[in-house]
Amino acid sequence: MSTVDGRLLDVDSVAVRLPVAGEPRTVLHDVSFHIAPGEAVGLVGESGSGKSMTARAIARLLPPGADATGRISFAGSDVAALKGAALRTYRAEVAMVFQDPRAHINPVRRIGDFMTEALRTNHGVSKTEAAARAIGLLAEVGIADGQRRLEQHPHELSGGLLQRVMIASALLTEPRLLLADEPTTALDVTTQADVMAILDDLRRERGMALLFITHDLELASAVCDRTAVMYAGQLVEQRTSSQLHDDPLHPYTAGLVGARPSIDGDVIRLAAIPGRPRSAYEAPAGCAFADRCAHAEDACGTARPALEPLEDGLVRCRRAGELRGLLRAGGRHG
Amino acid sequence: MDEPTVVPVAGASGAGGDASGAMLSVRGLTKHFGSTVAVDDVSFDIAPGGSLAIVGESGSGKTTIAKMIVGLLAPTSGTITACGHDRSTPARGAAERRRRGAEVQIVFQDPYSSLDPHQSGASAIDEVLALHRGGSSADRARRVAELGDLVGLDERQLGALPRALSGGQRQRVAIARALAAEPQLLILDESVAALDVSIQAQVLNLLADVRADTGVSYLLISHDLAVVRQITDDVIVMHRGVVVERGATRDVLDHPQASYTRLLRASVPAPGWRPRRRSEWADAPDAVDEVAG
Repeated sequence: MSTVDGRLLDVDSVAVRLPVAGEPRTVLHDVSFHIAPGEAVGLVGESGSGKSMTARAIARLLPPGADATGRISFAGSDVAALKGAALRTYRAEVAMVFQDPRAHINPVRRIGDFMTEALRTNHGVSKTEAAARAIGLLAEVGIADGQRRLEQHPHELSGGLLQRVMIASALLTEPRLLLADEPTTALDVTTQADVMAILDDLRRERGMALLFITHDLELASAVCDRTAVMYAGQLVEQRTSSQLHDDPLHPYTAGLVGARPSIDGDVIRLAAIPGRPRSAYEAPAGCAFADRCAHAEDACGTARPALEPLEDGLVRCRRAGELRGLLRAGGRHG
Repeated sequence: MDEPTVVPVAGASGAGGDASGAMLSVRGLTKHFGSTVAVDDVSFDIAPGGSLAIVGESGSGKTTIAKMIVGLLAPTSGTITACGHDRSTPARGAAERRRRGAEVQIVFQDPYSSLDPHQSGASAIDEVLALHRGGSSADRARRVAELGDLVGLDERQLGALPRALSGGQRQRVAIARALAAEPQLLILDESVAALDVSIQAQVLNLLADVRADTGVSYLLISHDLAVVRQITDDVIVMHRGVVVERGATRDVLDHPQASYTRLLRASVPAPGWRPRRRSEWADAPDAVDEVAG
């Protein structure tokens, strides 16, 4: 297997519909992006934006009844076509970490059983060897007494410790891509910084690619090379992380930046975005953001814009070019 | 652990500085759960119309303090005085419970679990009005609509069941219901933490407006320093049940003194921020997370 154009993962025009009360509803619409080997890409969005569904589509964890179109390729292979041994290899090469570790670990089994199961059953590694590897990885995520932790049950560990166990477990099969879905959202802020630093170090040391899903634009910017912003099941902007915050291309990105209160400056009044985030199936016919956008014109409500190159990024807004320079600083008051 | 620098108790800015003028006065508040000390000798005041944040992470004791103030937990020792009335011991009788309800109300993090799924927002608000204000049903209906206006809910939204509302709308119902009792103090226990960024901004602006319009005081329980800066004047920082720092919110965030406050401040992502391992902190306080061994 080889990568095409330096792409480890290629997501091409993916759309997903889910049955809700018997009716198919669009949850993803025309999602395209790629990740190079070793690259960290952030996926930022609010509730219903489709960011988690994108990760699930990549991991082949879509709910039953999902109707997916488009193509996802990993190292040149069509992910949807993988079966048997090839699918098992894929699951080892693409690992996933979720928001709530307690929902993704069997509470009645020991940490050691959970961590070593995949190695022992799918990769024929001996019990002793698997335990030794697990202890080594626990040490890498900052858990010194690995031997003791392997004997413990999930309820005996705090949320931060358990999430580090989940990260160590995900890395046991030496994946080339880690899908991390809000891995630090449930953690305290000092623990979040710690876990993110660990994740960042491990990624660099191993040359592992990362798809980092979060609602926190600033967190994504801090640890990702590129960041994509999702709204109503679509990518609306994709940009070098360092540019996204200070010089957004899409009015929605600018709105997210302006809506967030500041920790180091006084903001008299937040520039709130009116209305609420839309899911893909309830988005207006034209631009999905048009009904909340301060810059929308009549024409924005008629045709759905495509994701098009602008400067060093991609943006889905028909007015993006003329709005250059006007979105800076997020329209913040005070 | 740093001892707090001795600063006058929070809320002491301005005229209501002495304890007798405070809207809420907490002295030596302590709570033990078995051998665990969840809250250890905490004191603070909130002046009428003031806004104080209690900042901390899991296990800091911040929510335990909120629960003691509203009467969901009894303090092990210490006193809580709101509007000149002691509330350190359980209320005796319905009249006193009602009076306490008219003094202090609370809005929780998750409005979905704190609202009755079978009751519309209008009905939930009306129930509080009937209990605390009385009046004819026409008067109350007028007041429900006024409160709806205040928090930005229209008649249709007020008439809807919680499941038909978005998270932000539900939280507006919870705020309107709390305000229906016309409390002197509103406790906001992580009330905006679960909201999407764009909705959170709307609710934060709303909370600023409500305070300006009604003169209600806020006690914000939060882990989010940016939210704390947005809607409070004063802050106390707690770590493992102890107050480690206190002062004007702006001063504490711009010039944190306690090592724990500095760690907290430096852990918040911002442009140019890099995550650091806790072990890189030369003066890191005891690892916050290594519990439950």
